[in-house]
Amino acid sequence: MLTNERIKQRLIEKFGEQVTAFSEPYGMLTFEAPKEQNLKLLNFLYDDEVLKFRFLTDLQAVHYPDNKGRELAVVYHLHNLVDNVRIRFKVFTDITVPDIYTATGLFSAANWMERETYDFYGVNFVGHPNLKRILNVDEMDYFPLRKEYPLEDQTRIDKDDEMFGRG
Amino acid sequence: MGRPVSYNVNPKPLEKDISIADMPEGHQGEGFFATKLGAVVGLARRNSIWPLPFATSCCGIEFMATMGSHYDLARFGSERVGFSPRQCDLLMVIGTIAKKMGPVVKQVYLQMAEPRWVIAVGACASSGGIFDTYSVLQGIDQVVPVDVYVPGCPPRPEAIIDGVMRIQDLIGKESLRRRNSLKYKQLLESYGIQ
Repeated sequence: MLTNERIKQRLIEKFGEQVTAFSEPYGMLTFEAPKEQNLKLLNFLYDDEVLKFRFLTDLQAVHYPDNKGRELAVVYHLHNLVDNVRIRFKVFTDITVPDIYTATGLFSAANWMERETYDFYGVNFVGHPNLKRILNVDEMDYFPLRKEYPLEDQTRIDKDDEMFGRG
Repeated sequence: MGRPVSYNVNPKPLEKDISIADMPEGHQGEGFFATKLGAVVGLARRNSIWPLPFATSCCGIEFMATMGSHYDLARFGSERVGFSPRQCDLLMVIGTIAKKMGPVVKQVYLQMAEPRWVIAVGACASSGGIFDTYSVLQGIDQVVPVDVYVPGCPPRPEAIIDGVMRIQDLIGKESLRRRNSLKYKQLLESYGIQ
């Protein structure tokens, strides 16, 4: 039986102080590591005979604009299909140097997910084979889901309020 | 308070079971009828429009009802919905057009032969509608010239039929020389076409 406690112990045995911020929101084990360690950790989670986290469910970013020096979080959702256990693994990076090692070597599924994360948050996945926009237009010169844009200008006149039920 | 946009508010009695398009103005006598070429061409064109539906979202469902037996756009000579832009006269853009879809709409428009008309059905195609956001084109008139806008979110089938009838008016009254005029060329040039 692979419990959260067992996963945590095994990670601490291997990585010691480097894995931090363990928590279990809604029973799902969540932890953090330095961004340089992300591949080592993913590889360990994949190869280890006990852990066997061999399925990448999802990969995305979160922007915390007030979190200076670690504004962007990249979150990996991993699944152990044998024991049916899921975990969440986060790395944080400075928004001015958003370089993260790519997980495409380990999970082919990471290819498009990393492109999407780059598209919306501008995370630069170092070593990705084809890091370009996937959902937005190629001409776009900003990362739309970063929380750095003001709300709608209330004085704009290019939309007729009468026709949109907000007059 | 009345709704800003209403259709069929005035009852309209049925004139006859079968309506036939009126004869254009002209002179006639025994065995001959003389009129303007433009009027005859307009009459023929306006009652045999081949629409090309470019339906992307919920307005497309309303368009399906419009083509169905209850509303039946075929009554207006638009029975034949074509899915090849090269055969069609009327581009009906029905639904939200994302910025990434903009070049596709333009390419479909370019593939249509002159004379061609465009109708923007629904708030999204006309102005972006509720999708006032980074990924949605704020009205298809940013990429192709539009002849008629149909308001509504989504518009009822009556509204779509009303839009098509307005297109028919435009087509019937259009001068044969319009598409060769300098003004029309300038319009197309402002969209970067030709």
